[in-house]
Amino acid sequence: MSKFKKKKSGGQPAISTASLPDIVFMLLFFFMVTTVMREVTLKVKVLTPQATEINKLERKSLVSYIYIGEPIPALQSQFGTADRIQLNDAFATKNDIIQFVEAEREQTDPAEVPLMTFSMKVDLESEMGIVTDVKQELRKANALKINYSTRKTDAIID
Amino acid sequence: MARREAPEINAGSMADIAFLLLIFFLVTTTMDVDSGLTRKLPPPIEEEQEDPPEVKQRNVFQVLVNANDDLLVEGEPMLVSNLREEAMKFIIGDPNDESMPEFKMTEVPVFGTIPVSKQIVSLQNDRGTSYEMYIKVQNELVGAYNDVRDDYAMEKFGKTLSQLEKEAENSEKAKQQAAAVKKVYPQRISEAEPKNIGDQ
Repeated sequence: MSKFKKKKSGGQPAISTASLPDIVFMLLFFFMVTTVMREVTLKVKVLTPQATEINKLERKSLVSYIYIGEPIPALQSQFGTADRIQLNDAFATKNDIIQFVEAEREQTDPAEVPLMTFSMKVDLESEMGIVTDVKQELRKANALKINYSTRKTDAIID
Repeated sequence: MARREAPEINAGSMADIAFLLLIFFLVTTTMDVDSGLTRKLPPPIEEEQEDPPEVKQRNVFQVLVNANDDLLVEGEPMLVSNLREEAMKFIIGDPNDESMPEFKMTEVPVFGTIPVSKQIVSLQNDRGTSYEMYIKVQNELVGAYNDVRDDYAMEKFGKTLSQLEKEAENSEKAKQQAAAVKKVYPQRISEAEPKNIGDQ
């Protein structure tokens, strides 16, 4: 009576890799959901300064960016090294800002317009002159909620 | 012709395809959380505006930054690392000191009528000041207000202001307390039109 047959002892069976794609897809979807596509190609060099008293920007859909800095090396032969303003994908002058603010407002739900923030991503080597001009234009356009984009640090060094 | 059963498609390369997509998304996306100093600009100046009210010299904490990124605070040269402490001293004030800002009895929720300092921090920079310096100074001034408020909230309620604000989302009491602390030390950072002296 050999009801309990001894199992055939062979080599270990190969581990099934059929679920590997599922795992990878899961990772893929995680990254797709949590990340934001790069919206603009930067034409200016922007390395933001460091600060300690920072707030997080919430509701990314309500944030518009203004970039200020010197053109990237590839464009310096054409545009020089003076600080420039970049709105969306192109260089702009301070006179374009009011129009830019209006265009951004049109894309936003009217109820949420007062919550819009304009985030200034300015290179730390820029001079205040151009930043002040931009701020004055934003005031004229009545876009008063602004944010100076900075990186986090623990202490300010002289 | 005998029909053969279709062989099972090998799914082994599926993982490779998915990996390829994954790497594509990893490369093209950014995950940085945007953060920065949030400030409010003053509303635009109207055409016919009456002269702004006179502010006494003793109520103003004057901060000047020149084109060489040198700091002048109340007429004295200073390093950025000392600015926060000086600003905190000024914001808290001292009723017995003639050179410190005046106090005015003000109605504040939670605390009742208490003296509130008439302090104003005035910041003026040059068009040639570097942005890095400007942010440092802004950061220290905002930090001074935050520290003063935190200390006050700690003394009165045993919690810092940021803790109160976190609790404010589901507690009416914490919300009132946070608002009161802000009202005792209102953040008044006034930015003057920049000078254009050091510009080349």
